[in-house]
Amino acid sequence: MRRVRAEILNARRLGAFQSITLVAPEIAERARPGQFVSVAMPDDRRFILRRHFSIHQASRRGGWAGTLEFVFDPHGPGTDWLAEAKAHQFLDVIGPLGKAFAYPRGPSNCLLVSEGHGASSIFFLAQELRARGKRVDMVLGASGESHVFKPIEAKRLSQTIVIVTADGSMGERGSVMDVVPRAAQTAGTEVIYAAGPRRMLRTVAEFCIDQRIPAQVAVEEEMACGTGLCFTCVVPVIRKDGSGYDNLRACTEGPVFNPARVFWDRWMSEETRPVPTPPEGFSPVVSSWPA
Amino acid sequence: MKQTLSVDLAGIRLASPVVAASGCAGTGRELAGLTDLRRLGGLVTRSLTFEPSRGWPGPRVAETASGIVTGVGLQNPGVRAFVAEDLPRLARAGIPVMASVGGGSLQGYIRAASILRGEPGIVGLEVYLSGADEENRGLPFYSRIDRMAEVVGAVSRLSTVPVFAKLPALLPDLVPAARGCIRAGAHGLTLIDSVPGMAVDVRRLRPRLGAIIGGLSGPAIRPIALAAVFRVAQDLPQVPVMGVGGIATAEDAVEFLLAGAWAVQVGTALIVNPSAPTEIAQGIAGYLKAKGLASPGDLRERMRLTGEQPARGTSAS
Repeated sequence: MRRVRAEILNARRLGAFQSITLVAPEIAERARPGQFVSVAMPDDRRFILRRHFSIHQASRRGGWAGTLEFVFDPHGPGTDWLAEAKAHQFLDVIGPLGKAFAYPRGPSNCLLVSEGHGASSIFFLAQELRARGKRVDMVLGASGESHVFKPIEAKRLSQTIVIVTADGSMGERGSVMDVVPRAAQTAGTEVIYAAGPRRMLRTVAEFCIDQRIPAQVAVEEEMACGTGLCFTCVVPVIRKDGSGYDNLRACTEGPVFNPARVFWDRWMSEETRPVPTPPEGFSPVVSSWPA
Repeated sequence: MKQTLSVDLAGIRLASPVVAASGCAGTGRELAGLTDLRRLGGLVTRSLTFEPSRGWPGPRVAETASGIVTGVGLQNPGVRAFVAEDLPRLARAGIPVMASVGGGSLQGYIRAASILRGEPGIVGLEVYLSGADEENRGLPFYSRIDRMAEVVGAVSRLSTVPVFAKLPALLPDLVPAARGCIRAGAHGLTLIDSVPGMAVDVRRLRPRLGAIIGGLSGPAIRPIALAAVFRVAQDLPQVPVMGVGGIATAEDAVEFLLAGAWAVQVGTALIVNPSAPTEIAQGIAGYLKAKGLASPGDLRERMRLTGEQPARGTSAS
């Protein structure tokens, strides 16, 4: 992991998304699919946290060697500011961070499932898998046409592709999970990789566990530091010996996890439970103000 | 004139007055690749409890104007695992380590402090007092001065190294609380802990933190922290105070040193900029040079207070 001042080579619109390409050879040469970069915000202290983006492309050869691309969906301060960034501006970038996707050892048919801009890391993975002689098939999900990530490039990267949108504006109408079983069947899938929102990852994970298909998922957890300092981006993961679970940092022990070990019920309950249960043992956070 | 950045906090000698604040420096492994750890004045560990704690469910952080609200819930591996795994690594890196001690009961503090007692590599303890007191209806330890004094006193008597009590700013009687901790045996004070804060997701009609209420930190709380440091330092000028709250630049740090802090801690700034402590220390050195001062300690009581002074311990409003 390195911290660099990286020049923006190119900033462009990609449908609903924004893409930024950086000159960052120190990061690009080490980057692997699933890893991410951490980008500092302006120092006017209005909003202070760094923003974190999975790596979409890291070129090590050819005319783009030493460059790194990430893609995001502008929403709120930070990403809105970054969406205004222009070529030749410099960004404070730390990377590559986090655990990468592991490649299957034997020859395998890989199904790559993504939703929204989760696809950005999946494309990088597809290239690396193909370079290792693996078969790549894709399921590309989105809310609507403008959020379907680079469909033409997806077709170029994969043997077969199914596009599915919630509103039916491109490809089939429905959710990712409506088409994954069929896509896996058709492609003779042996390994599944997935990236996207929590809810979608869970449905994919359940399918993989049920079908006994080895899988890896990359989570999109909000991070504060990105480097493992603050313990805010945790995911509950069941211990190998099954003796309980630990809250593991998505930035350091993830963002790629084995979905069979993610404690989905607990993790999902964060999104639905109205009032949290305190941590086991004791509850150390201020719960009320002294009278 | 020979200039130095070193400070002496009740016998704890630090090469720089800039210390990594509790809960913002990971396990000591993470920062190593991003900054030169030996240039940190010191490091306060995340708060360690006797038993391991998983902490609060997520989300654990919400960004707000000029700050963040966090509710981590003292996730930590327990004090024994810390001593076995993290401490040797930190000691090898050559950083003075202050261990932050937490607990849910007096017994919890005593057990944790006993394990840390005499551990080589630990130069001081910091007592975290914002946790819920199981023996007092779950109210924070700091809500009663006698309770704080009980806990701080017990830890101080067990400890072979100086003990700092970490206090929140918004106590109705901050100065008496500070005095109470010192009288109980603390050697110094850390001011301030994060400020109780909350954020709500109006789109989803939900609190933005799993813990509902967390602690606000970052530049938003700096003036609050500064006032607390000033009030306590005015009242207890001989007591070493570490100032903490929203410090991100050398100028911020100098503000605290002028207000009476003996050293400063950097927390939220560290998670935004891993080399913040180094940059701040360099900036302090530059400031001292420009002012012709020999050490950070020379800044204390240098502040020119004009006009009528408010009575000690009162909050001018």
